[in-house]
Amino acid sequence: MSPIGPLLLATFLFCAGVYGVIARRNAVLVLISVELMLNAVNINLVTFQNLLYPGDPAVTGQMFALFIIGVAAAEVGVGLAIVFNMFRNRASVDVDDADLMRW
Amino acid sequence: MTGHDVVFVLVGLLTAGGAVLTVTSKNLMHAALFFAVTLGGIAGVFLPLAADFLALVQIVVYVGAVAVLFMFGLMLTRAPIGREALDGQNRGLAMAVAGGLFVVLSTLVIGAFGDLPTAEVTGPRIDDLGIAIFADWVLPFEVLSMLLLAALIGAIVLARRETGESGEELTVTRIEMAQDRDPDALEREQAALTSGSGGDGEEHA
Repeated sequence: MSPIGPLLLATFLFCAGVYGVIARRNAVLVLISVELMLNAVNINLVTFQNLLYPGDPAVTGQMFALFIIGVAAAEVGVGLAIVFNMFRNRASVDVDDADLMRW
Repeated sequence: MTGHDVVFVLVGLLTAGGAVLTVTSKNLMHAALFFAVTLGGIAGVFLPLAADFLALVQIVVYVGAVAVLFMFGLMLTRAPIGREALDGQNRGLAMAVAGGLFVVLSTLVIGAFGDLPTAEVTGPRIDDLGIAIFADWVLPFEVLSMLLLAALIGAIVLARRETGESGEELTVTRIEMAQDRDPDALEREQAALTSGSGGDGEEHA
């Protein structure tokens, strides 16, 4: 199996995430797009581990992917809490509305 | 083309389609469901790459927890539905940036890895993974557990309703989303609520 297929798929997913982050206005959908980008990086890490460095005893690529999954789960929790706070204060989750950096 | 390649191409196409629909869908819930499809597809991509454990973790953590969390988030923050309301004015800019980035990145990837020979996919066995976690990666593992605890506490503190010094609940203004709601609706709602609670009381008695 050639590594070029998974790498191109990861590139495509990352660019879809970039598009979502820029184009979406709903803060939850922006978070979803960020998750898409993190998952694209995971595909890259697993591809490099299993196709290019299969004999690594420390399994570095897959370990990084596992840690990214854990950190991303924590990030979703805190990010959604911030979005809820924003919704409670402003009655809107529009990222274009949240441009006021003062009390 | 081996069987691995065929499976990868099919699942990869599903994943890419799900990702495109996630970032372009007009309906909020549809976007979240397409996101779940994309995550499941990524778990499917891990399987021909011989990362079975990671595929299972992906399904448990992402499809099972994160996607559901996002659906809760979307439903609790009732947002207007419709493409104009979901997408900003800068859709053209987003398309240009994402398309340009894709062209640049894929050129780089093909230039750097395009001439690599096709290799047999060999993944580590699951017991190797376990030994690696608890031998080589035990410090990052423990730090990650502390991070998860901190994120748990932080999320609770952030999302909790604010209370004053005395612990009394502050009065919360009710958010009325629909401006053109008919005025009798609130009374009917209240009547339904009282009759519903009365019915409950009888049941408990």
